This record gives sequence, C-alpha cells and structure tokens, in this order.
Amino acid sequence: MSEYGDARALAPRLAEIVGAGNVISDPRQLRTYECDGLTSHRCTPAIAVLPETAEQVAAIVGACTDAGVPYVARGSGTGLSGGALPRADGVLVVTARMRRIIEIDAANRRAVVEPGVTNLAVSKAAQPFGYFYAPDPSSQVVCSVGGNVAENSGGAHCLKYGFTVHHILALQVAVPAGGSGSLVWLGDGTTQAPGYDLLGAFVGSEGTLGIVTKIVVKLTRLPEAVRTLLAGFATTDAGGEAVSAIVAAGVLPAAIEMMDALAIEAAEAAVACHYPQGAGAVLIVELDGPSAEVAREYDAVRALCEKTGATEIRVADDPDERAAAWKGRKAAFAAVGRISPAYIVQDGVVPRTALPEVLRKISSLSRQEGIRVANVFHAGDGNLHPLVLFDDAAPGEGERAERLSGAILDACLEHGGSITGEHGVGVDKSRYMLKMFGTADLDTMQLVRCAFNPDGLCNPGKMFPTPRLCGEVPGVRRGVHPLVTSGDAEQF
Amino acid sequence: MGADQVAVLARTCTGVRPGEAADAVDGLVPTAVAFPATVAEASDLLRAASDLGLAVLPRGTGTKLNWGVPPDRCDLVVDTTGLDRVVEHAAGDLVVRVQAGLAMAELATTLASAGQQLALDTPSTVSGPGSSAAEPPPPPAAAPSRTTGAAGDAVGTVGGVIATGSAGPRRLRYGAPRDLLIGITVVLADGTIASSGGKVVKNVAGYDLGKLFAGSQGTLGLIAEAVFRLHPLPQSSTYLTLTCPTGADAADRVRASIESQLVPSAAEIDRPTPTAPLSVGLLLEGSADALPERVARMRELLGPGTEARPEPPAWWGRRVTEPGGVGLRIAFPPGALATVLAAVDEAADAYSGAAGQGATVCPAVRGSAGVGVLEIGLDGGTVPDAVRSFVTALRRRLAAPPAWGELPGASVTVVRAPATVHNVVAPFGPISALDVMRAVKDQFDPGHRMSPGRFAGGI
Repeated sequence: MSEYGDARALAPRLAEIVGAGNVISDPRQLRTYECDGLTSHRCTPAIAVLPETAEQVAAIVGACTDAGVPYVARGSGTGLSGGALPRADGVLVVTARMRRIIEIDAANRRAVVEPGVTNLAVSKAAQPFGYFYAPDPSSQVVCSVGGNVAENSGGAHCLKYGFTVHHILALQVAVPAGGSGSLVWLGDGTTQAPGYDLLGAFVGSEGTLGIVTKIVVKLTRLPEAVRTLLAGFATTDAGGEAVSAIVAAGVLPAAIEMMDALAIEAAEAAVACHYPQGAGAVLIVELDGPSAEVAREYDAVRALCEKTGATEIRVADDPDERAAAWKGRKAAFAAVGRISPAYIVQDGVVPRTALPEVLRKISSLSRQEGIRVANVFHAGDGNLHPLVLFDDAAPGEGERAERLSGAILDACLEHGGSITGEHGVGVDKSRYMLKMFGTADLDTMQLVRCAFNPDGLCNPGKMFPTPRLCGEVPGVRRGVHPLVTSGDAEQF
Repeated sequence: MGADQVAVLARTCTGVRPGEAADAVDGLVPTAVAFPATVAEASDLLRAASDLGLAVLPRGTGTKLNWGVPPDRCDLVVDTTGLDRVVEHAAGDLVVRVQAGLAMAELATTLASAGQQLALDTPSTVSGPGSSAAEPPPPPAAAPSRTTGAAGDAVGTVGGVIATGSAGPRRLRYGAPRDLLIGITVVLADGTIASSGGKVVKNVAGYDLGKLFAGSQGTLGLIAEAVFRLHPLPQSSTYLTLTCPTGADAADRVRASIESQLVPSAAEIDRPTPTAPLSVGLLLEGSADALPERVARMRELLGPGTEARPEPPAWWGRRVTEPGGVGLRIAFPPGALATVLAAVDEAADAYSGAAGQGATVCPAVRGSAGVGVLEIGLDGGTVPDAVRSFVTALRRRLAAPPAWGELPGASVTVVRAPATVHNVVAPFGPISALDVMRAVKDQFDPGHRMSPGRFAGGI
C-alpha cells in the first residue's frame, strides 16, 4: 500500500552507520517514542536510530533516501503539535545523544551546540561569561535546541527578544542532496550571510526540510536589572486594559503574561503560588534592561496598573521573589490536571487589541458547550493558550471539547490572527492551514520543501494538508491536487 | 516585436509604456516598463510576461537598482511605485501592512504621527555626482523622521529595502528587514499571488516566505505587500562620538560598549580614507528621565574625548560609497572587528605598494561595527584590476575562521560596481548551500526570468 521502501530492512545498514547499540527495532522499546508532547497522536516507528555525530545523521539521511524510506527527527519529544510523531513505515532519528556544547564564543557573542543540547543548558553555559540564550519556551529545562529550531520556539520573553529565528546565526543540516545525504551550512555565523536566507526559511519548518546537526546560536548580554511586577485585577478585561495602557505608553516589557480565575485556581491547587486572593485575573509584567530605564518603566507600569484598577500589586526584585511570581504561571499547564481529568492545550494568536473580544467569545463558547476553559496567555503579543478542560470518561465530552477548541481557532482567524503562535502545525493543525492560507499560498510554501527535499521523505504528512509532487516543475499547479481527486491521497 | 509585446502587456495593466534610456539597468534598456496599480494587475502582468517569455526586473524608486550583478536580460521593468498604499496601520497592535512601492520616508512620516516607527534606518544613498563621504552631507531633517530615513533623501521603497535586505545602524538593536517582516505577499514569475505570515507578530503557521524574499534581489518574484512589526519612537536619543587612533583601539571601544549593560541601539564606525582617524559613534535611546544616566556611564566607559550630542554625526546612516563607486560589504563575527580593519588596510597597501603599480586602492570604511557588517567604498576611479586585487586579498586574509573551525571568518561581497569591475571581480566569495539556493530558484522561477543573473552563483 505504501509507496515507500521497507524501513525495517534498513536495520543492518543503520547499524553499520551508528553501531548496533544505537539502533532500536524491538517494538516494546520503540513504544518509548510513539508520541511527543501531543499525546493524543501515537504511532510506533518502524525503527529508531540514535546517531552521535553529524556525519552519522547525514549517512542515515542518505540510507533512507537510497531506500525510499521516510524519516522523522526527534529531539526531546516535548513538542505540542505532533511534529515529531513517528511513522509506522519510517525511521525515527533521535538526537538525544548529540548533546555537546561545542563552543561558547563570548567574543563573538555566539555558541555552537549540537541539536540535542537542552535550551536551558545553553544559557547556563553562557552565564559565566555574562550572556544568555534568549528564547525561553516553558519546557526549556528539557526541550532541545534542535527542536526549538524546528518549531521556531518562542517563550514568555519573546515579546522583547524575538523568537528562535532571531537568535540563530548558522545551522548545519543533513539534506538528501543528490540522492545521498550530505551536510550543508545554512548561514555563516554572521548576521548577513551572502545568498538566500535559507536559514530563516529553515527555522520553523517543523523538521520537513532536513535534520539539524549543529547550531550556532546568538548569545545576548544579561540585563543589568530585572524587575517583575505581579498585579491582581477583578476581571481579564481590566487586566487587558492595563496591557493596552502599558503598550500605549511606549513601554516594551520583556514579558507580559496573564492568567484568568480558573487558571489561577488550578495553579493554587497545584503549587500554592499565593497569587492575590479572589483575583479574576493576574498580570505578570517583567521589565529588564539598564537599571535607570527599568526603574522608570517600573514606576510607569505600576501607575498604569493602579489606574486601570489593580486590586493588589507585588514586586519581585531578586531571583527568589521572581521565581515566586512566576511559579503559578509556569505551572499552569500541568496544574489544570488538578482540576480536570483531561484537557487540551490550545495555541492561537490574535492582534493584542482584539484580546478582550476574543476572551468574551471563548467564554460564550465555553457556556454553549458546557465545557470549562482556563485561559493562560502571553498578553503582550496576543498569544492565547486556552486550556479546554473535559472529562474523557463522560460520553461526548471529548468531542465537545474538540469542537470548542477548534471554534477558538476560528475566532482567532476571524480577528486576523493565527492558528499557532509557538506550538506549531505538525499533525495537529494541518487541517486548519486552509482556513488561514489559500491553496496558492500553501503550494508556494511547498516549493521550498521541494527544493530541500525533492523526494518528500523528510517528515512527510506534517504541516501541509495536501502533499505536493515535486516533479511538477515547471508550471505551478492551481486548485485541488490531482492525487486528491484521483483518490490516491486524502486531505486530512 | 517590442511594440507588439508592449501592446499585449498593456491589456493586463493600465500603466505600460516602452522602455527608455533612463530605464536602463546596467546598460540594458527594457522593452517595456509597467506600473501596476493593484496586486491583481501585477499578477496579470507577470502572467502575460510569462507567456511572452520576458525577463522581468522589479524596481521601486531605483535607489539600489545598481546593486547586484548586472542582469543577463531585462525585457520588462515592473515599477512598483503605483503600489504605494498604507493598507492598514493597526497602531494599538504596533503593526503596519503596506504595499511594496511605498516610500520608506513616507511610511516613517505616517507612523511618526502615531509615535511609532519601522525601526529600519536603511542608509540613504549619497545624492548627486561629486558628493563624497568626506564632504558634509545635507543637514538631517527634523526628528523623528531623521532616524527612520530623512524626508527628501534617497532611502527608496519598502519593497526595495526588503529585496536588498538593507539595514542601517540600529540593526544592532532591532535587526534587519527579515527580522521585522511578519507577513509578505509576493507575485511569482507565472503570476501566482502567494502570502505567508500574517498580521500578528507571534505566528509559526507555515513556512516563512518573507525570510526567503528578504535579500533575494528580485530573483524569486515580485514583492507586492509587506506586514511589519513596529516599535514606539524613543522619547530621547543621544549620539556619542569619539576618535580613535587605530582600528584596534576602535574595536576595543566598540566591544566595551556592547559588553556593557547600557544597551546601545547602534555602534558604528567611520573612516573616510585610510589615513583619516577612525570615528566611533554610538546611539543610546531611551526615556528622557533615564537616558542621561546611561549616557554619563557610557561616556565614562569610552574615556576622555567622548562627545555626546542629540544629533548624529554627519556621516551617520549614509552610504560611504559614492555614485559610480564600488561598494563592498564585509560581514563578520563582531569580535573580529580589529582583524577585519587590519585586513582592509593590508589588502589596500598590498596593491598600492606593489612595484610598478600606477594606481592605488583607497578604501572608505563605514558601518555597523557592533553587528559585524561594514560597507567598504572605493571611488569610481579605482581601476578594475585594483578592485580585483583588493577583493581577492581581502577574501584570502579573512577566510580563516576566528575561532571554532567550521565557519568562515567573513564574507566579502561586491554589492555594487560598474560593469567593468563586475567583468573581472567575482561578486561573491564561497557560498555554502549554493546548490540548495539554485534548487529554490528553480522551484520559484523555473524559467529563470526574474532578475536573471543578479544573484549569487549566476542565479
């Protein structure tokens, strides 16, 4: 049925490349890798391989290409959209054994790391030099930099510092060039490499263009001062008003986070974060930079919070106090497990000014379906993480929760937003891509895929709802794909 | 034949006329120049051009049309200046959607009225023949447009800035066009209209075509619309300048300013001639209350002789290459600044000092020292052989990696030069992943009709 080659038959070849100990073909052991952070999708890979060097990854890509076998890369497996979901007919390339920090180059404000290195490990290694690695997804203790590159990860502080793509200076990637795997550098470690910005196109491509084998990250000077303000408000509307006022005042905080009453309740139950009692919303504003600027911005933000009706304001100046302020926020996703048997983490974006309206819409959808929604969001950039709470044992609740979750994305799109701000499309949202983009848009994006990956073996089935045959050049196809109309491929 | 083609094109687009001598790109006079007024018209136009097999070259106001390698062919110039609308300025969201032909200066004025800016201070082109880096440029326009491209100077259009990936001093803090671009609409060679991104800053849905088109010099398609992230205008700006006796000294000061926690928005250097002193210029931006303290601390850090002014030095944010001259770009890891400056001098001396040479190479140096991107200007009188010798020597000296061994030390690119120079100097040094770039070109423009030959590797 599959048009692909036999993945299992590749085992001896893969063992030659990485050694038999680094090839897993026992189905029970393979179960370890059956899903990433999106546990609702599971699939046991045909075979898993754990390379230790870039050259091994290139050889694996070459072997898969020769045999016509699809391959999927996996870092720490923390992704939330199923981007690293294996294929039953494919090879899973796990980068967990590529964990070397090759160099911290403080003089050039950069570091060279292997893809399996965790996000936080980079900042820890850079800290003695006075630097840090700015992107800070909430899974930063465990998530890998390679995975961050694939997903263009953000984090709470990307409001000020930008996303992964703004902090990568070069990538060494394994691509199937010429039919056998080879290693190429995208970018050259400077901020203006000659030629097309393939590096920029690669970051956020969700593992569909190649496998990252080395990463040169930009390091950012640690700020002189950091000050965190935690404010309680009666409602999310009042909190939202404070956010708008801060932005209108020309202040650009490092982070602006908000939680609603249900999210606060969950966090209190889980980690006893002692947020302001009875608050309908908690706002966390983190300011960083030169101490004189931070002091002035703090005064401004505090005054604006008071003016917009903050019921209580706390300030954190040292790392311990700061950790206390962030405790509830950082625990929020996991914490809803305390108040609900099951939940869906949604990730949508709206223009910041549309936040109040979209929150009201979510609330009405929630009432309509009889499903609770806890809201946690990066308020500064309009990135919502509604947590849709349901009982998977109750008949029909799972479907209603799914429907509600989808309706939230529709609401984001109606306001000119996006179906994903940081979790990615993966397998989870490919069916929403045609709501956000036209066929011509998606076809054009896939031209990039055909350039990197003409055989379509690199993480197929992710991001795009419809496959594109790369042999169609010249002459750009329009409308429904021939494979769909002929029934050979389905649009899912 | 030309008249027939013009007639066919005129059926798709209201503004089409035959090409004239003034439309020539590197000596190639196009058969036709078209002025689409809408994106749909641009699409119809490119589809017709595709049917006719025409080579197409996009143009804004033409300030950077002499950038890149001379095109192999140029049948149709698509002038974007009719696509000059601000489609949407969502001030509360700090986002703007514009058409590609909008002038940067006009956009800056619109945004400034809301206290906002597109933080791309793309350097202006020195205007008029005869002006040189050493002469005083026209006085800067009044704030705030000064920092975003002064009114009346030649910064060009939004599309041109994206297509050339051109960034100015404040790229240290805000980045280049690719960093501020959050959505893009392009028209491909066959007329396909495609968009990626959107109008929210945080968005990871789909591939980011904006990154690919930024700096692509018209070789992948026509940039029709762009959506940018905006920033509030700073309340207050102060420029600090000092003169350094040597490149190594200047590099020390630049490094000290960046390693401080005072967050300069720009760290520039300027040296109009090899024997002139090196100027270091820093920009600090911030609130009126807090800025003076940062300025005082930065002055102390930089040492005696540091001057602080609300206005930029005369050379700030202007290209160092004069009209008709040769403009090079050196991009390097920022820690290699002293090495790069020394290499520029050595490469110039090596040529000028060689026995029997009647000519000299006299490089002017200016640019974003803190970021690691410098512009080198050679005057128009520099003989092609001297340029070749200089560029080759520079590439050789900078090939070695500064530290960890797998990356090059620097890239030296000929950004603009007369055809006589292009005939003898390789515009690009070694480029990694050139095969993938060619594959991208083949996918986006299989007929190789978009700005053919302008880019790396003959793309």
